[in-house]
Amino acid sequence: MIEADGLSKRFGAVAAVEDVSFRARDGEITGLLGANGAGKSTSLRMLYGVIAPDKGRATVDGLDVRGETSRARAHLGVLPHAAGLYANLSARENIAYFGALQGLAPPLIDARIERLAAALDMTRFLDRRAKGFSQGQRIKVALARALVHDPRNLILDEPTNGLDVMAIRQLREMLLNLRSEGRCVLFSSHVMGEVAALCDRVVIIGNGRVLADDTPLALRERVGSATLEQAFLQVLSLAETA
Amino acid sequence: MGALVIVFLKEFRENLRDRRTLAAALLFGPLFGPLMFGAVISRMLEQNLVESDRPLELTISGDAVAPGLVDYLRSHGVRLTPRTLTEAGARAAVKSGAAGVVLIVPPEYAARFAAGAPAPLWLFADSADSQTRKYADRARALLGGYGSGIAQLRLQVRGVNPLVSVPVALNDIDVATPTGRAAGILGFMTYFVLFAVLMGGLYLAIDSSAGERERGSLEALLSLPVERAALVGGKLLATCAYMAISLAISLSAFVVVLRFVPLDKIGMSTNMGAATALSLFAICLPFVPLGAALMTFVASFTRSYREAQTYLTTVLLIPTLPIAFASIYSLKTKSSLMLIPSLSQHLLMTSVLKGESIAVRDVCVSAASSLALALLLAALTARHWRRETMLG
Repeated sequence: MIEADGLSKRFGAVAAVEDVSFRARDGEITGLLGANGAGKSTSLRMLYGVIAPDKGRATVDGLDVRGETSRARAHLGVLPHAAGLYANLSARENIAYFGALQGLAPPLIDARIERLAAALDMTRFLDRRAKGFSQGQRIKVALARALVHDPRNLILDEPTNGLDVMAIRQLREMLLNLRSEGRCVLFSSHVMGEVAALCDRVVIIGNGRVLADDTPLALRERVGSATLEQAFLQVLSLAETA
Repeated sequence: MGALVIVFLKEFRENLRDRRTLAAALLFGPLFGPLMFGAVISRMLEQNLVESDRPLELTISGDAVAPGLVDYLRSHGVRLTPRTLTEAGARAAVKSGAAGVVLIVPPEYAARFAAGAPAPLWLFADSADSQTRKYADRARALLGGYGSGIAQLRLQVRGVNPLVSVPVALNDIDVATPTGRAAGILGFMTYFVLFAVLMGGLYLAIDSSAGERERGSLEALLSLPVERAALVGGKLLATCAYMAISLAISLSAFVVVLRFVPLDKIGMSTNMGAATALSLFAICLPFVPLGAALMTFVASFTRSYREAQTYLTTVLLIPTLPIAFASIYSLKTKSSLMLIPSLSQHLLMTSVLKGESIAVRDVCVSAASSLALALLLAALTARHWRRETMLG
């Protein structure tokens, strides 16, 4: 479980995130929805602890990301917005490097890689250098890298950005699999269809604030819209007139 | 500690697989200096030798007027080319390069010589031309010798002891050892060695910081439960390893190249053997972490490979400054100068090459000051990596 509790962050005079609170539960996929620059990445970065909030608290499985950083991070897999690989290392070595830095023993890393390679259908290119990988192959390796320590929670920042249709489909299946394993999945996106198709819960962020936090169905019913996209625009315009 | 070793091994292996950067780090960097050095010095030495062995060629006009002088010059091996030239003609011939050095004996020479009055001679040469300048110097020395010979004869004829015209007898004694003379030339060598050290780690320093950011692997790395200091430490160690390898290659290449440089032909010798190379390696080793920390520190502030490369090209020039300073002011090994990295390594290396003994204390101070600065820069780098701005 990932919890944001009153997170605020300013960059100079700009309030990037203000008093953001929400909860991403185990066995659910939570979508963080918002326009570009709404504060999604900043919120996620505070949740995985690479930037410190000015106010508020972020916890992973009840562990404070600031106070117990290392322990909280061990419970967390992260696929940042930029998820580049080491081009001169093979897919296996890329994943093993992160496994080793997570403190796993070599035999355990090997076992995990075999399992992830089977689950993510990457045995064919597992021992090839990452230099010429397709987007789909890259995202699989980056995801495997984030999952090598078998975390209960996973944060993905705009994971479908720049992916082709096939790769998006594969990613969607992977996320559904993770949910069925009872994990907590939190991802950000500005693509409505993606969120509607995947999420059990939607958190809408605008101008650094949480504007709505509900199931897609409840959201649509509340504002009386047929699609999530309409509901999203409705929520944004309500926030502006308020 | 574990993370540091993991990062070190990964960076070392990754760099090993990049053929292009590996060639730059371990071939171009360390071999460029020795090869260029060997080629340039050999050429310089050979030219020197050839010039001093070759007979002096002199274009002479009005030689019929001064048969005594002509005989004297011929007997001293001067190759004379008689031509009839006016003053303007001689000037033009030297300027255009048609003649190297021209001597004009004016018509009044004979009469004045016979009368015992100073007989005029005109020597035309171009002092801006390094080739003919040496010939002109030799011509001047010969003409001066002819003049004093005639003076002594005239005194003798008048019944005066010719020795009165030689009031002092100058003995010119050069105390430089053959090794010491060579060290003047070898002074360049220290720069090439320090250059090789920096080149060895340049690409890895960029790749492991700015490169990590540019290819988008940095944020994933920074979100791991690993101390940032361990990440920086591992990266620095890998950079150091390549720099030390480059240093070893560079010094070995110098040992080999200097065997083929004919220093002995001009009365110089060098003690650049395996033992000297080992001392030089030990002297330079503390400079390795300093260079690694400096380059990684600078590269950590840049956003891309290209930007890092631009800044680090300037960093590559930093070690030359103290060396240039040292040669302008001809500094010698002094304890206070041991506090300045790169200068201290330069001075110590030069001393070793000259075959002078060096104080253990100086070596220790040089190493300690370099290592202290390296530690400071490494700490600053780690601090920067802990900042949020590191994400870019």
